[in-house]
Amino acid sequence: MENVQHATLEVRDLSCFRDERLLFSALNFEVEAGQSLLLEGANGSGKTTLLRILCGLREADSGRIIWCGQPAEASNYYRDMAYVGHADGTKKELTVLENLKFALALGVPGKYQIDQALDKVKLAGFDDNPVHTLSAGQKRRLSLARLLITQNVLWILDEPFTSLDKQGIALIESLITDHISHGGMAVLTSHHDLRMADLNLKRIHLQACH
Amino acid sequence: MPLIRAFLAIIRRDLLLAFRRRAEMANPLFFFVLVVTLFPLAIGAQPNLLQAMAPGVIWVSALLATLLSLDSLFRSDFEDGSLEQMLLSPHALSVLVLGKIVAHWLVSGLPLLLVAPLLALFLGLPEQAMGTLWLTLILATPLLSLIGAIGVALTVGLRRGGMLLSLLVLPLYVPVLIFASGAVDRAAGGLPVGAQLNILLAMLLAALALAPLPTSIALKMSVN
Amino acid sequence: MSWIPAPVSRFFHRTSSPPHFYALADRFIPWLTAIFLLLLGAGLYGGLYLAPTDYQQGDSYRIIYIHVPAAWMSLFVYVMMAIMGGIALVWRMKLAEVMLISSAPIGAGFTFVALVTGSLWGKPMWGTWWVWDARLTSELILLFLYLGVISLYGAIEDKRSAARAVSILALVGVVNIPIIHYSVEWWNTLHQPATVSKLDKPSIHITMLVPLLLMAIAFKFYYLIAVLQAAKLELLKRETSSQWVKNMLEKQA
Repeated sequence: MENVQHATLEVRDLSCFRDERLLFSALNFEVEAGQSLLLEGANGSGKTTLLRILCGLREADSGRIIWCGQPAEASNYYRDMAYVGHADGTKKELTVLENLKFALALGVPGKYQIDQALDKVKLAGFDDNPVHTLSAGQKRRLSLARLLITQNVLWILDEPFTSLDKQGIALIESLITDHISHGGMAVLTSHHDLRMADLNLKRIHLQACH
Repeated sequence: MPLIRAFLAIIRRDLLLAFRRRAEMANPLFFFVLVVTLFPLAIGAQPNLLQAMAPGVIWVSALLATLLSLDSLFRSDFEDGSLEQMLLSPHALSVLVLGKIVAHWLVSGLPLLLVAPLLALFLGLPEQAMGTLWLTLILATPLLSLIGAIGVALTVGLRRGGMLLSLLVLPLYVPVLIFASGAVDRAAGGLPVGAQLNILLAMLLAALALAPLPTSIALKMSVN
Repeated sequence: MSWIPAPVSRFFHRTSSPPHFYALADRFIPWLTAIFLLLLGAGLYGGLYLAPTDYQQGDSYRIIYIHVPAAWMSLFVYVMMAIMGGIALVWRMKLAEVMLISSAPIGAGFTFVALVTGSLWGKPMWGTWWVWDARLTSELILLFLYLGVISLYGAIEDKRSAARAVSILALVGVVNIPIIHYSVEWWNTLHQPATVSKLDKPSIHITMLVPLLLMAIAFKFYYLIAVLQAAKLELLKRETSSQWVKNMLEKQA
């Protein structure tokens, strides 16, 4: 985990248009290992778009993403990054275990075994339940369990707290804190205000351009 | 090898999904049989005419059935976010896409082989053409899945992509239709079909090598 | 792309910037139009007046002066679209996307003209408006390919994504065109061994050939004019909010 300690994410001069409308331009920021970044802004200010650009699902109109001092395409960036978006990315006809095994096969095995991860997200014992029988909050926790079983440094989370109750939110917060304190980093959006006192948190406020 | 493991995992998952949704998966097969049944009803039950038209009828129906089944190739993955996760996987996307296509063929192409004798019976296709019909189905249905995947990848992001998909894909199916039904036609007349089968094989190999790449690029475009 | 020399890439960058291209197109279109009219006049005069009457087909063969150039252009434009698509995919050049999209309706138009004139020509030759002749059938499938490109572009709302989609489709189509062509050819010999096609013979008299070539070049110029006009319009539509369009509109007002 040597290189992980020094992981840095730099974003330089990023700009993005949507439907010929400027979402943001000349966006610059840095995140280091042990830090997390909270994107704030009104609906439609481009938070989700920015996250999707960061994980390579969308192309920026200009700008660069630099990972550990190298351009993202030339580095291990796409291997070190994991994304949980609006959609859970799980198959509702498959069981919890089948879903996680598949996620593991697509990625690189990480810090936790599947049963350990299920334990951590409080889904132990649900192994053989089809996902469509889970509640919305449980599904969310399942999609976050994917982050624990695969190897990654940077978590990109789009509204990870939606449809979670208080305990659920506290649980996810503790997972993020745990990840960060082990040299990881996170970039996330959230309507819910993060109350993690011991978290090295940066904030960026996206202003909708008109 | 992790890449092969990922490839196999995709096939295994999609087969499992197909098994869990088996009612839905059988529909293209019923459709195939149904369309073939419509022809005698529309043009009259003249054995000679039906026999002459059998290769064409079977192949046009197979084309339409494949087209119908194509929509399920990426649709549910697109809707539930699995497609995004697949795109973010560190493994080569083309290989993962190929896994999806193989699974799709196993679920929708392979069953066509099983009902082919039934259709041959319906239309009075000569027995000597049966083997060729099977061979063309084995060679050409994967080809239909491979070419179709490009079209689906281009239209999966659209709410009503179905009609458009047929407009994009059917012209590309023309060579497959010509050589496959041509081979069955010749076999029914007792002529050699080696050339047609070789051409189909060559097209299949070319599509295996070439089709996954544009499909991957189109998928990236579609989630954008 | 690092393997392209810097001056070359700088040149392309500059020419392909929308305002620069717009001005350039404006400057060229009158000249292109003049050349086109000249070639068209010469070609039509040569083809309809100077060229001798065919001993078999009489004067009805003269439709080739429209039919053949249109058929050539229908393929040429599709290949151009694929090249533009390749450029758009690799270098993300906006101008290539615009040219590709602007070419599609023009190519479809040529294909349609080739089909209609082919069918008109077929009436005196074969005694029927439509024959499943290899060339006409290929041309019909080509028309479907064009229509696919046009509908796909129309269906995707985000125009940058739409342009990427269409680039991929054009490239896939161009790989398939020869396969489609040969399969249709083979199918045709299988089902209709005895079609007479005058064009199969290259032994065409020189006084017939020269006007044909003139018409072919005239059609290329027509394509250039049409594609530049369409590209100008498409650029304006895409960049309505940008500064150079606003400046230009102010100047004209």
